[in-house]
Amino acid sequence: MNAPNVSGMLMLILPEVVLSVGAMITLLLGVSGADAGRSHRAAMAALATAVVGVVLAIGMLTGAPLAPGTTFIANDGFRWTLTALLCAGTGAAVVLTEAYDRRAGVARAETPALLLLAATGMTLLTAARDLMVVFLGIELMSLATYVLVAMHRTSARAAEAAVKYFLLGAFSTAFLLYGIALVYGATGSMQLEGIGSAVASGAKLPGLLMAGVALMLVGLAFKVAAAPFHLWTPDVYDGAPTAVTGFMAASVKAAAFAIFLRITAEAFAPLLADWHPVLWVLAAATMVIGNVLALGQQQIKRVLAYSSIAHAGYLLVAVVSFSAEGATALVFYLVAYTLATMGAFAVLVALSDGTDRPLVRQDLAGLRERHPWLALAFAVCVLSMLGFPLAGGVGFFAKWQVLQAALQASVPQQTLAIVLVLSSVVSGGYYLGLIAPAFMQSPVPAARPIPAPPTGVRAIAIACAVVVLVLGVLPSSLTRLAQRSAPSAFAGGPTVATTIQP
Amino acid sequence: MIADSTTTVQQNALLAALIGLPALGAVANGALAVQTARTRTHAPDAPAPVGLASMLGVGSIAAAFIVAVLLFVQLTSGAGAVTAHFGDWLVFPTEAGRTPLIAWDFTFDRLSSVLALVITGVGTLIHVFSVGYMNDDPGFARYFAYLNLFVAFMLVLVLGASYPVLFIGWEGVGLCSYLLIGFWFGESANADAGRKAFVVNRIGDMGLIAAMCILFTQTGHLDFAGAHAGLSGMSTGLITAIGLALLLGCAGKSAQVPLYLWLPDAMAGPTPVSALIHAATMVTAGVYLVVRASPIFAASPTASLAVALIGAITALFAASIALRQWDIKKVLAYSTVSQLGYMFMGVGVGAYTAGVFHLVTHAFFKALLFLGAGAVIHAMHAAYHHAHEHGDAQDLRNMGGLRAAMPATGALMWIATLAIVGIPPLAGFFSKDEILVSVFARAMGSPLASASLMGLSGQVVLFVVLGFGTITALLTAIYMTRLALLAFEGPGRSSTSVQQGVHDAHGTLLWPLVALGILTVAGGWLNLPALIPIGPVGVLEHWLEPIVGETTRRLAPIAALPHEQELWITGGAVINAIFGIGIALWLWRRWAPVDAHHATPGTGFGGLLERAYDVDAAVQRGLVGPVLAFAKRVLWGTVDRGVDGALTGGGGGLARAAQWVSAQVQVGDASRYVWVVALGVLGTLAALAWRS
Repeated sequence: MNAPNVSGMLMLILPEVVLSVGAMITLLLGVSGADAGRSHRAAMAALATAVVGVVLAIGMLTGAPLAPGTTFIANDGFRWTLTALLCAGTGAAVVLTEAYDRRAGVARAETPALLLLAATGMTLLTAARDLMVVFLGIELMSLATYVLVAMHRTSARAAEAAVKYFLLGAFSTAFLLYGIALVYGATGSMQLEGIGSAVASGAKLPGLLMAGVALMLVGLAFKVAAAPFHLWTPDVYDGAPTAVTGFMAASVKAAAFAIFLRITAEAFAPLLADWHPVLWVLAAATMVIGNVLALGQQQIKRVLAYSSIAHAGYLLVAVVSFSAEGATALVFYLVAYTLATMGAFAVLVALSDGTDRPLVRQDLAGLRERHPWLALAFAVCVLSMLGFPLAGGVGFFAKWQVLQAALQASVPQQTLAIVLVLSSVVSGGYYLGLIAPAFMQSPVPAARPIPAPPTGVRAIAIACAVVVLVLGVLPSSLTRLAQRSAPSAFAGGPTVATTIQP
Repeated sequence: MIADSTTTVQQNALLAALIGLPALGAVANGALAVQTARTRTHAPDAPAPVGLASMLGVGSIAAAFIVAVLLFVQLTSGAGAVTAHFGDWLVFPTEAGRTPLIAWDFTFDRLSSVLALVITGVGTLIHVFSVGYMNDDPGFARYFAYLNLFVAFMLVLVLGASYPVLFIGWEGVGLCSYLLIGFWFGESANADAGRKAFVVNRIGDMGLIAAMCILFTQTGHLDFAGAHAGLSGMSTGLITAIGLALLLGCAGKSAQVPLYLWLPDAMAGPTPVSALIHAATMVTAGVYLVVRASPIFAASPTASLAVALIGAITALFAASIALRQWDIKKVLAYSTVSQLGYMFMGVGVGAYTAGVFHLVTHAFFKALLFLGAGAVIHAMHAAYHHAHEHGDAQDLRNMGGLRAAMPATGALMWIATLAIVGIPPLAGFFSKDEILVSVFARAMGSPLASASLMGLSGQVVLFVVLGFGTITALLTAIYMTRLALLAFEGPGRSSTSVQQGVHDAHGTLLWPLVALGILTVAGGWLNLPALIPIGPVGVLEHWLEPIVGETTRRLAPIAALPHEQELWITGGAVINAIFGIGIALWLWRRWAPVDAHHATPGTGFGGLLERAYDVDAAVQRGLVGPVLAFAKRVLWGTVDRGVDGALTGGGGGLARAAQWVSAQVQVGDASRYVWVVALGVLGTLAALAWRS
């Protein structure tokens, strides 16, 4: 692979350039001009930047055939599809955070700027093929997110969440970094491709390599909130401003899974037989723990936090399946999950009263009467997370794809499929428990009057629900897109997968 | 499908519009209904948005009708069937790669074109009628949302090119039926009727699902063409099993014995709903399915005989109940069940064209009868309201002499009555006659006659069917004449002030009736028999030839029926009908009118008929009671509460355990989390170290 010239190089990281420049413009807009509309102008600039990111990614997907990337930046369908998804998620998060912050009286330009910086890290993660780039992406994303959690400086709950997130995040990053160092020591390469070929030809220091792989897996498992590395999730999701929680649950998780899949596919494929049992256990434990513990929660954000842990478990099943189908299922699932999560959190943002009081089920009571369309959108999005057919739209097919991938892996993963289905049944217990008060209880007078939800928030909730429903009727278009987006490592078929133990 | 290459973008768009327009109407009216409901939360007396809702409701269906006509014209000009592919739904991986289990394929072929025209055409008329009928109902927009949605799903049902897509329409119309039967859910009887329809239909749906499962496992296809092509390698026993499973499904949807119980109760819905859903379109879906699946039934004479026999039993059974009903809509409901039985007789003996023909003419005259009854009920209701009296506006005993006050409605109702009775040259005569002639011809010698059903020879079964059909025709003449006599003739039986308050239908309540009246008179020309060549002969038969011609011939009589024999049957049928009218005139000429308030329940056989053979009570005692008891004691008391207690229920088992675990682990103390993470790291390291 020839090293491209400078302009070609810049073209390869164009979305990251656009997003980071957009972040700086956003910051500048936040300190210039009249005081009155500053934060709003900044948010609009950030939204525009995110939209440009989406357009750019879609343009790359639909335009001329993609040129081969370099050994450290990928230029494939996987990258561009997820970049489009992450930029769209960021755009939605900009709108939601602005509405939420405005209601709390703390709207400022730093929030959209930080969202864009996080997005820069996230999009970098979809493309990274070099462990340095991986680390750069993860830290850029994480640092921005730590600050986003703490943006409501007067809220003790948010501050607590941010400190916890930061401490545990730093702790896990240490593992990741140490793992990277060990892998480099064992293989002599930082590039996923190089690691892969070094491993395939037999590493000289197998113990070192294994330790490195183990520590990297821990670091990644922490980022995607897989059990038992999930403990930070409920506390952080609960304490963070609701709109930021939505961003973390949807986009941050999607970006972490993007790099998780690429590393396992491109670098660790020859070691599949070794790490497969570890991820198998993590997937099963994550599904069960997420779904069962969600049952005991009273606060909506904690329920959704455990729900997001459970979804991480489902997504791990797709990773464990380790095939083109698994990668297809992962991309499909991330799209469906982002839509449903953003839609549901948009409704929660619409319902928040501007304080950091935790939302409980009672806050949803009578939503059908107060905001019928939002209630419907909420029901659709939650049913989509449940994987309910038709009314839950695309969520059903997301689970279907993961199940198919699991059952069609070169060694079929029946046990994981069974755990997935049974734990999904349990999830009905808390998902329906969220919908029921919205439709079957009368509204309770709020302690503080809740202003009418802004148009942008309503639009996001309803648009997400509509897309969920439409894709639920016509999933084939998304399936085709997801098929085109499987990383090229799977193109030759899962030759190594024959060594998997069921 | 062969026609794929010839289907143009424009045709694709038309097909999408055909289903999409009613669906859009439903969404728009649904939005309007939600908006009205919101307005009413602070202004309880806010009027329903009648103008906009009726414009959207009627407009979308009328536009769909125009689209259907456009597609139909293209079809008549020699173009092939329009088949459109709107993407895949469930993609099932098989050995041959990823093949779609369910594809959004729709086809506008010769069979579905007939159905689509009836659905949108009669549908438009009934929508127009509804504007007048539901005018002062507060749920006006909601009503039209449901009705439009019904049409959309009905079109999915008849246009779907595979069993699963048909099934989606099938369930969709069932949903709309449920919503509309229970439209006035304020009264629990109406809501109960809706629920009953839903539950009884589930039994039938199990049959349809079973049929699809067998087809898919055996042929690997569920689209009509692929699945039917795969039949050739199957054993006859298996095909019969599929046919019988389909029959169960059709019996549920088309209210055949023993699953007819829901249809009489379904009259709880607004009368135009009864006309559209429970007479003209949805309940004929079972007939359509048998015709669509004719390759299956033609390959299994046993299953075909079962269809015919079920139809004959239903026809006779329901007709006898109709003899002694007092509610005008109940008479028509049982009459519908009986006429559906007639259609099943037709398609059961492999006379698919005759079945479709009767389906179409029945849609015309039964819609007219129901809308006429609706006009009568509307007028009676208004009169009672005007006179400040309370009375049952649907009870025939409260009517009488209405023709004087409602001449137009009366005349149209008489035409429809004569049509269903089978008086030439009205539509019902031709279609009913064709069914009887077909049954007779096959009984004289055909693959059906030489097959057997449960040990009975096919010939015996066919003669039984013929006999039942003939008696049913006689009973039909009696109960329909009785209805017309009791409602429109003789002296008025309500109070004078009520009688003076009755006014004839006008405007949107009248002209749909006129249009249906014309169709009722002219409908027979669709498929004239060779015996009575008063116009082009067998138009419908030629039209459907590419779809059902081959399958019809597989069960067709060995020898054509001699003309004189056919003449005897036709003549006999007419005499039979006239005889029935005579009996009715003779019976009710000297009938001593009784006030509905003071009427005593009938005794003896008449009473049994009045109570519809007590089937409902028996089902309640023998089936519903035990099932409910089982559900309550075992399923709810033990299983459900056990699971519920274990899973959720606030303090219940699993939830409590989950809370406990959370309380132990999720303490909010980051330093403790670090220990858990460290343990996880050690575990991961150990696992990989052990592997290497």
